[in-house]
Amino acid sequence: MTEVAATPAENTRLQRTLGILRDVMVRPSGAIGLTLVTFHVILAVISPWIVPYDYKAMNSLLMLNGPSGAHWLGTDHLGRDVLTRVLLGGREALLVTGVATPIAVIWGGLLGIFFGLVGGRLDEVLMRVVDAFLSLPWILKMLVLIVTFGTGIEVLIPTLAFFYGIPVIRIARAATHDVVARDFVSAARARGHGRITVIRRELLPNVLDTLMVEGAMRWSWMLLAFSSLSFLGFGVSPPTPDWGLMIADARGFMSFAPWGVLGPVIALSSLIIGINLTADALAKALGIDRAQKAPV
Amino acid sequence: MSALIDIRDISVGFVGRDGRTREVLRNIDLAVAPGECVGLVGESGSGKSTLALAAMGYLKRGLRLLNGSAVFSGTDMFAQSRRELERIRGGQLALIPQNSGQSLTPTLRIGAQLGEALRLHSALPADQHAAKVVELLGHVRLPDPEAIVARFPHELSGGQQQRVAIAMALAGEPEALLLDEPTTGLDVTTQAHILELLRDIAADRGMAMVYVSHDLGAIARVCTRVVVMYAGEVVLEGSTRHVLKFPTHPYAQGLLASIPKLDDSALPIALDGRPPAPGDAGAGCAFADRCALVQDRCRSTRPQLEASESGGTVRCFFTKEAGRQQGQIIGAAPARFSGGDTMLDLDGLAISYARPRLLDQLLGRGTDVPPTVDDISISIGKGETLGLVGESGSGKSTILKTIAGLLPPAAGAVTAGDQSLPHMVEHRDPGQLRQIQLIFQNPDDSLNPRHTVADILEQPLKLYFGLTGGKLRARSAEILERVRLGAHYLDRLPSQLSGGEKQRVAIARAFAAGPEIVLCDEVTSALDVSVQAAVLDLLNDLKRSQGTTYIFVSHDLAVVRALSDRVAVLYQGRLCEIGQTDQVFEGESHPYTKVLLGAVLEPDPDAAPTLAADDIVERAPPASGCPFQRRCPRRLGEICDTDTPPWQSPEAGHFIRCHISLEDLNVD
Ligand SMILES: Nc1ncnc2c1ncn2[C@@H]1O[C@H](COP(=O)(O)OP(=O)(O)OP(=O)(O)O)[C@@H](O)[C@H]1O
Ligand code: SF4
Ligand code: SF4
Ligand SMILES: [Mg+2]
Repeated sequence: MTEVAATPAENTRLQRTLGILRDVMVRPSGAIGLTLVTFHVILAVISPWIVPYDYKAMNSLLMLNGPSGAHWLGTDHLGRDVLTRVLLGGREALLVTGVATPIAVIWGGLLGIFFGLVGGRLDEVLMRVVDAFLSLPWILKMLVLIVTFGTGIEVLIPTLAFFYGIPVIRIARAATHDVVARDFVSAARARGHGRITVIRRELLPNVLDTLMVEGAMRWSWMLLAFSSLSFLGFGVSPPTPDWGLMIADARGFMSFAPWGVLGPVIALSSLIIGINLTADALAKALGIDRAQKAPV
Repeated sequence: MSALIDIRDISVGFVGRDGRTREVLRNIDLAVAPGECVGLVGESGSGKSTLALAAMGYLKRGLRLLNGSAVFSGTDMFAQSRRELERIRGGQLALIPQNSGQSLTPTLRIGAQLGEALRLHSALPADQHAAKVVELLGHVRLPDPEAIVARFPHELSGGQQQRVAIAMALAGEPEALLLDEPTTGLDVTTQAHILELLRDIAADRGMAMVYVSHDLGAIARVCTRVVVMYAGEVVLEGSTRHVLKFPTHPYAQGLLASIPKLDDSALPIALDGRPPAPGDAGAGCAFADRCALVQDRCRSTRPQLEASESGGTVRCFFTKEAGRQQGQIIGAAPARFSGGDTMLDLDGLAISYARPRLLDQLLGRGTDVPPTVDDISISIGKGETLGLVGESGSGKSTILKTIAGLLPPAAGAVTAGDQSLPHMVEHRDPGQLRQIQLIFQNPDDSLNPRHTVADILEQPLKLYFGLTGGKLRARSAEILERVRLGAHYLDRLPSQLSGGEKQRVAIARAFAAGPEIVLCDEVTSALDVSVQAAVLDLLNDLKRSQGTTYIFVSHDLAVVRALSDRVAVLYQGRLCEIGQTDQVFEGESHPYTKVLLGAVLEPDPDAAPTLAADDIVERAPPASGCPFQRRCPRRLGEICDTDTPPWQSPEAGHFIRCHISLEDLNVD
């Protein structure tokens, strides 16, 4: 008999995670994306301690001043420091979407996997319902809910999680269909493993890869949606700083005080671009991206 | 003539976990002139694919160029920008990978896919694309190209899909084609047709081809020159005739001996041992550990590639001795079944994929679509091997799935030992489950990409034997040894294994259960010959020692002959012929069996297959008469369409189902 050192399972799982992380980081898109996202997350956490001014402090003498040594990004129409507000303006968005995204992926993913496994008539009928729902404009659906229930975090998180989970159903279902058709699932069934074991061991790890990438994409869209809601006045309520809200406020003065818009726009788009680049690199690292495979 | 593909002193490697660079290709030179077709052969992992891909400047992820260059038509492929490479690949230099038929986009019509290839790689004005698409499809001899344009890939047979893939590769008017196992997995009949097509195309267009295959029969048919690779280096190179008929390298001889022969029922000889892992070849000859002629000198000094008498090159110190040894190796006789209790009994099995329509259901009617598989009654003895042959789509896998309980039969029963088996796997008890194990055709599909080899092997061990901890791992390693893989494979993922290695893991998983009945679905079709010989040897061993009963499905008739006690020939889900192996291969044959036998390619440059009419796709079995009526070269007439042919028996145990009388069957 051969002597074999037992390798704990965690070891290989950790290796895989590290391997994927390395794979993501060696791609330019992954390196840039992950840096941007990490930068934003760190900023969101530490910004209350590093901002130069009080975000609420109005000063009628400093209204709409351009960038200066004291106010690097200038001041807004109430004389508040724009840099301070940009640094803080992503906190609410990141918090809400950071909680809502996993919820969306989990419930949409579970339901999609369930549909995919059940198959048949029920699956088809339910997918029609999902399709019909998806064909309605999201902003309308969301506004209806928010107008009914209010705009606090306790409403925004479940609302976003709900709406953004629905397309995940579709993705998870398709991924499940793909995996279920493969021989390793038949092999496990033929061995006589229970349904739960087959799902947990054979199906989930493969579907989770797809869901992870999907989750990252959802996150960036959710951020955009959240900011749009704030922009429309349904998200964060003043005076709490928020990029969407800041853009809405500064919009009127754009022709002569563009700095008020520029800061939050750059912050928001860099975060969204960062997430997208990361998702892209992640998809490639996980081998989900089909174009990557054949050298033809 | 100057070379079109000119690979010089190329070395490719990867950095292992220990930080050492391990070479997958070692200082290889390969020049291919226009119009020349060079075959690359060698065991899996020898680096054939890596070399072929390197010719287009492509290396699989993780691999890197260590030395040398690959020049195509004057362009150094490793010095090009991504964009430039994309222009050349698929244009002047096209690749036809294995299963390329399956990599067609399922949602796009054939015409659209070819149009896309033209748009990317052809200089033709857009308004001529439609006509060109039809022309290309005609060129690869697809029947009715105008109709094919509007079809989706799944509406074509495997062979037709492969033809489309070839048409796609031809879209950019390539000067050179790289083919990586282009016919592996296709039916013998389809393969023979595709190879003739490739031969003709190469001759017509003066195209250069690099043909990677472990199938020496295919190589013999299309290649003018053969390069034999071992452990990342070239060991023998020369004209096809010399390499296949008078091989002067011990490895090439071993390789040839490991090919099962159609006219011989001896088991092919497995090359013992396995090639060194990349980077582990040591200072001497890489083949030393497996060579029968090895001397001390071989272990200390690496032989150089030297000109051989036949005009090629060879890497061995003892070429002369090797020349003399040739032809002296004789295969062992396979373990034969000598009668015994029935182990597995199929009684009137019919299987249907068609769901009855709602209206039919309401009226209590069945479907009028004939079942995919019908009227299968076979009984197999304990320790007997039944070979099941037939083209793809003939229902071989369907029958195995039903036996394994994955697909309910529409009629009939399966009995194992003395127990009638519940139809579905969910209703079978653990003993019944362990008893029957299934090995699938494509290990890429049958191994979960997210599980390590250890995970894969541990599943049956835990499930059936309740092993845990260190015992579990030790047992896994032991099983791995039995399929000629070392324990160091335990922590690898399927993506880190070569095709052959993957299938061995899949086989190991089935044997881990200690089964009585093993259903083998084309298990060796993804393997190279030496591994195939070893697997056949292993299957044969288990048959001898444990009395394992097999159903062995394969489209490779020589393989079936080597292993089977009895052979059943299946066409469109119906039995055409069944009998002792020798009776089927040598006695009177059903016209379909004849077609199959005629298409077999021998590893002999002088042999040519006898081909029946170009492949026709059968969509559904005919409602009445003989299932083979549409393709039969010896059709009698009306009677074949209307009346089910009778079973006739030329000898005890041999049955043929045809309207032609026994006396006339073997008269052509
Ligand atoms: N990405 C990779 N990283 C590390 N090792 C690899 C990688 N890809 C292949 N290998 C190793 O390189 C060697 C050559 O592989 P290659 O795929 O060229 O073999 P092959 O002759 O085409 O085999 P097959 O007939 O099974 O397709 C094998 O030992 C394989 O395990
Ligand atoms: S060099 Fe020696 S070990 Fe290598 S193939 Fe020749 S005889 Fe065998
Ligand atoms: S019954 Fe007729 S069609 Fe069928 S195999 Fe015999 S001759 Fe051919
Ligand atoms: Mg290969």
